[in-house]
Amino acid sequence: MTTDSDKSTNPPTKAAANTVAASPGTAASSLASGHEGTVRDQIDSYLQRVRGGEMGSLPALAGVVIIAIVFFIATPFFITKTNIANLLTQTAGLMMLSMALTFVIILAEIDLSAGVTGGLGMAVFILLTNVTNVPWVLALIIAFLVGVAVGTFIGFFVARVGVPSFVVTLGLFLGFQGLNLVLLGNAGAYRIETPAITAIMNKAMPVWASWAMLVVIVVVSLATGLYDRSRRVASGVAVRPMSLLWARVAAWVIGGGLVVFLLTLNRSTSVLPIRGVPIVVPIALTILWIGTMWLDRTRFGLHLYAVGGNPEATRRAGINVSRVRMAAFIICSTLAVVSGLFFASQTGTVESSAGRDIVLPGVAAAVVGGVSLFGGRGRLSQAAIGALLISMITNGLGLLGLSAGITYLVQGGVLILAATVDALSRRRSGSTSLARA
Amino acid sequence: MDSPIIELKDIRKSFGPVEVLKGVNMTVYPGKVSALVGDNGAGKSTLIKGLSGAQPYDTGEVLFEGQSVSLTSPTAASRLGIEVVYQDLALCENLDIVGNMFLGREEIYHGMLNQPEMEKHATATLQSLSVRTMKSVRQKVSSLSGGQRQTVAIARAVLQKAKVVILDEPTAALGVAQTEQVLALVRRLAAAGVGVIIISHNLADVFEVADYINVLYLGTMVAQLTATATTYNDVVGYITGAKTDHTPLEEVVS
Repeated sequence: MTTDSDKSTNPPTKAAANTVAASPGTAASSLASGHEGTVRDQIDSYLQRVRGGEMGSLPALAGVVIIAIVFFIATPFFITKTNIANLLTQTAGLMMLSMALTFVIILAEIDLSAGVTGGLGMAVFILLTNVTNVPWVLALIIAFLVGVAVGTFIGFFVARVGVPSFVVTLGLFLGFQGLNLVLLGNAGAYRIETPAITAIMNKAMPVWASWAMLVVIVVVSLATGLYDRSRRVASGVAVRPMSLLWARVAAWVIGGGLVVFLLTLNRSTSVLPIRGVPIVVPIALTILWIGTMWLDRTRFGLHLYAVGGNPEATRRAGINVSRVRMAAFIICSTLAVVSGLFFASQTGTVESSAGRDIVLPGVAAAVVGGVSLFGGRGRLSQAAIGALLISMITNGLGLLGLSAGITYLVQGGVLILAATVDALSRRRSGSTSLARA
Repeated sequence: MDSPIIELKDIRKSFGPVEVLKGVNMTVYPGKVSALVGDNGAGKSTLIKGLSGAQPYDTGEVLFEGQSVSLTSPTAASRLGIEVVYQDLALCENLDIVGNMFLGREEIYHGMLNQPEMEKHATATLQSLSVRTMKSVRQKVSSLSGGQRQTVAIARAVLQKAKVVILDEPTAALGVAQTEQVLALVRRLAAAGVGVIIISHNLADVFEVADYINVLYLGTMVAQLTATATTYNDVVGYITGAKTDHTPLEEVVS
């Protein structure tokens, strides 16, 4: 290539461009893709990105590890097989809600009504099953459709009419509390009579199914890794060292294996044994996986992040921005009903006050995990880790016998800390240039 | 001399009682850089918004490759191969370079984004423009400098196989070195056969990069000059209205 000089006005020949394009990943290529080099180069460039402010879920993961260690030292009950099972079920509802909220937070919007939407879906469900004897599967589908309808309503007012999402969803937050009271009456508590629903949070899978779940996870992780790799090879672009994929699979085998092993031991204190992974875990993981695939690998996901980053640029690129917004609110409200289902399953009852107090912890969980309220940044796995962190604090402080007041104080402190980390890392990523001079 | 890629004939546009474009003629040639200069309020933006389809003209004829076309929407303009690189760049800072270059025209394989192919094509496009100031096509745009962002925006237009690229004040916010880089890129763009229209207030940049200089004064095209056959002072004269006579471009080039 002789067109090195910036002043050159020679038209670049096609042949020259093709030569370089055909040999990516070599030292001769001036434009990398982040997939080049050895494991060592990969680790170096990852550390460089972290220093540049792209920390991802690193702070939240560090938080999870630190809190686990602190509570492990503070109380002998924290890392026990019973408590790990409890922790997973306690996290599930909050995790689903924070994942739901992530879809709208990426757009720099908010859904304050997500909690009570979950309550509303469950109120409809319980009336259909307990009062009108509709089959529970059909009732559940109708409950999800309620979520879709609520999301469409919010999306219409936000995306087409232009009312701020804060106001629309605040209105619904108040309105749905009233609607739930009207639907369920002032006494307002129905017992769930469907064993399949209460089983989600309160029953465990058989031991063989627990291990099968882990095998499925490992196989899927390996298969997607190999598939991506083969696609990159087919296109002739650089691929990461194979050892990184093996490391990822090994992490699943060891980490997942440890958790599944602990959960398949008998954790009952009575005669009837309780063993196996809680049923909610594979459900939650499946939704997490599908959602992540959708955000990372589809056109919709790219457009969602694009709208969150710069709506005007997205519009100019010919993308229907209001349709993307509508879709995000519909997904959020529908997943909120799933979270409502988890909460209802946990207690075995549906109350008129369901979901009233949970939406702000849901937002907090997403933010703690690293989802940015400024929009355009955040992943579902981060929201899930954030929810785990919040639940660990609640759970651990409860085990220590501290009052609810202290728990709220600590949660609040963690939230502010997380938001500060986010703000600082944004400032950093804005100012640091990885460019060559 | 090639035949013009765009010919504007007697273009008029009014906003209520205010006539912003009063019968403008302009010609753009493939492989040449045509500068559009004029003081604030001369009608540069209105002329460009019409070409991009964002704000259609009231009357007048637009010939694209000799054919009469109607530019009624940005999609219509984009389908013809007219791309605008806006001053505020219209990039998503939270996406990487590949994501920005393909936004709205993603390559899909089995319902999923075809990341490897997009990465390959983005790299090839940047390399065909001899861009060597970026480290990785997977860098987030937020980590790029102003000049690099301008480069990504231009590369995005090239990737769409644009035949005409309109650059709105591409060097306004840039330092000296970055301005040089972008101007060199503009020259390479023209050398690849693209018709380039560049709007700029900076006459030094205009003289460095442009083949033709079109001067708008209060909604009228007062001069169409060949850059090598005119002087800085003449152009300033036309811009400010102090000078009015000129030889039409058609006579200069024939």
